[in-house]
Amino acid sequence: MKKKSFGYGKWGYIFCMPFFIAFLIFSLYPMLYTAFIGFTDLQGIGKTTFRFLAEDPFANYKAILSSATFQTALGNTFKIWICNFIPQLFLALLLTAWFTETRYKVWGAGIFKVLFYMPNIITAATIAILFNALFGYPMGPVNDVLTSLGILSEPYNFLVKKGAGQAIVIFIQTWMWYGYTMIILTSGVLGISPEIFEAAEVDGANGWQKFWLITIPNIKTILLFTLVTSLIGGLNMFDIPKLFLLGGPDNATLTTSVFIYNQAFSGSYLYNRASAASMIMLVIITAISAIMFYMLRDKDEEALKKERKRQERLYRKKMKGERV
Amino acid sequence: MNAKVSNKFIISKILIFICCIILAILSISPFIVMLVNATRSTTEIQQHAVSFIPSTHLMSNFKLLLGKSFDPVVGFLNSFIISVGTTTLAVYFSSMTAYGLVVYEWKLRDSFFRFIMLIMMIPAQITLIGFYQMVYKIHMTNNLAMLILPAIASPSMVFFMRQYMKPSLSLEMIQAARIDGAGEFRIFNTIAMPILKPAIATQAIFTFVTSWNNLFTPLVLLTDQKKYTLPIMISLLRGDIYKTEYGAVYMGLALTALPLIIVYLLLSKYIIAGVALGGVKG
Repeated sequence: MKKKSFGYGKWGYIFCMPFFIAFLIFSLYPMLYTAFIGFTDLQGIGKTTFRFLAEDPFANYKAILSSATFQTALGNTFKIWICNFIPQLFLALLLTAWFTETRYKVWGAGIFKVLFYMPNIITAATIAILFNALFGYPMGPVNDVLTSLGILSEPYNFLVKKGAGQAIVIFIQTWMWYGYTMIILTSGVLGISPEIFEAAEVDGANGWQKFWLITIPNIKTILLFTLVTSLIGGLNMFDIPKLFLLGGPDNATLTTSVFIYNQAFSGSYLYNRASAASMIMLVIITAISAIMFYMLRDKDEEALKKERKRQERLYRKKMKGERV
Repeated sequence: MNAKVSNKFIISKILIFICCIILAILSISPFIVMLVNATRSTTEIQQHAVSFIPSTHLMSNFKLLLGKSFDPVVGFLNSFIISVGTTTLAVYFSSMTAYGLVVYEWKLRDSFFRFIMLIMMIPAQITLIGFYQMVYKIHMTNNLAMLILPAIASPSMVFFMRQYMKPSLSLEMIQAARIDGAGEFRIFNTIAMPILKPAIATQAIFTFVTSWNNLFTPLVLLTDQKKYTLPIMISLLRGDIYKTEYGAVYMGLALTALPLIIVYLLLSKYIIAGVALGGVKG
């Protein structure tokens, strides 16, 4: 069998060639080029000529790392991601527990899933500007509701307060993504063999115990997957912070992606600084995802090995049984 | 005892239902406010920003919106061209790459697959400055092809397609087709592609939506107003020219969100099944 398919080996290269060429042109070359620009003096709109910074190659990196604005942006990015991920995961787990618990049979679960996921499918640019309008001052819809309910005595200008601006960005991110996370987690829970739950019920486990001792350990891989994809998405957050308050007020919603964009495509068009910042982000993302991927892959293989052993044992038992 | 237990159940069932209703209201109320306000005049909105009764200013808001730089037809067309092109290329070439990884045995196969897993995590934002400079140098910044062609290399879709193909594609069938004298590309197009249909449908929906909603790369590359995509058009609503025209801004937002909401509600069953599949396979 192996020998037969050997002659076709060259087709493997042919079929994968378009991918590889496109990757070289549109990903690898731009990435190396970005890395290279980080060591040059390329600045100014429309300029394409540049000089390698031979006397101090890391000048741009130093400038970025010591820039207070970049530090603020990096801090904001992590803060916004963490503060949105925790409630997002909490909500998603809670809903997953409710929706997969057969005893509850939540009324209209299907419709709820559709509605919870809806914000995720709408253009983020639309959502950013919609929320800007919703929190308008003095008479935006949110202020209108809060003052007529008597929660606020007078309209509050959310859009000029640093804390409020950040909190709203965090809220938007959570609001857009908890439905997605819930669907992913639900599908993971539904993939767990019902026999395990039945066995636990026979042993007298209650809903809480079943959730913590069976559901969570069994969806560990999917939880890690959610964590990694959310983190990488979060570190590249652009549309919402860029359009909701343009990174303001006072850089409170400035993320690293918005920072890179502003460096390169506004003001004095500092392509070299933006490139250095991109590379710093690449290092951070690579490091974090390498760690997480290592954990993720290990777990997967372990589970596979265990499963194989379990089946071998079952098989042996079965064989013995038949012989007797 | 039994009655007590079932009472407790009913109470938690009702509590869960109430929580879900609250979340559902939270999910849709911004869109309802948006749709209603799209029909109300700026003066009405300023007096009371929340209302559930549509007003009569739909057409005047529409005229006001189009009287300035916002052109939904151009944005719609450009977004459509880019999204269709991206989806077609991504789906076809990812299936092709996955086929090359699953069906053939070649020396670098495993290394190539590991390489794809590695680059899956590199976000487009990181390479953008170099990409922009490259495109600028060859004077293609306002060429939509520059936003479509990169889709040929979509690592995460290759990964998904490979996972889907491995158990569902029978190598015996391919062997049989070869004996009948079919060429390798013909076998891929006529045997493998039909088998992949369910996976292609799922991936196509998400690629289309992601491309449709993408702001970052088009915002950098496109400077010609005639080439603007819908998200760039939307970003114009944030500008000074619409600052005091609340009705027109809501109108513009509604115009961009409504088609997505309708398509989503029609296809929600498949979309949600697709999200679930992506999580399990990923």
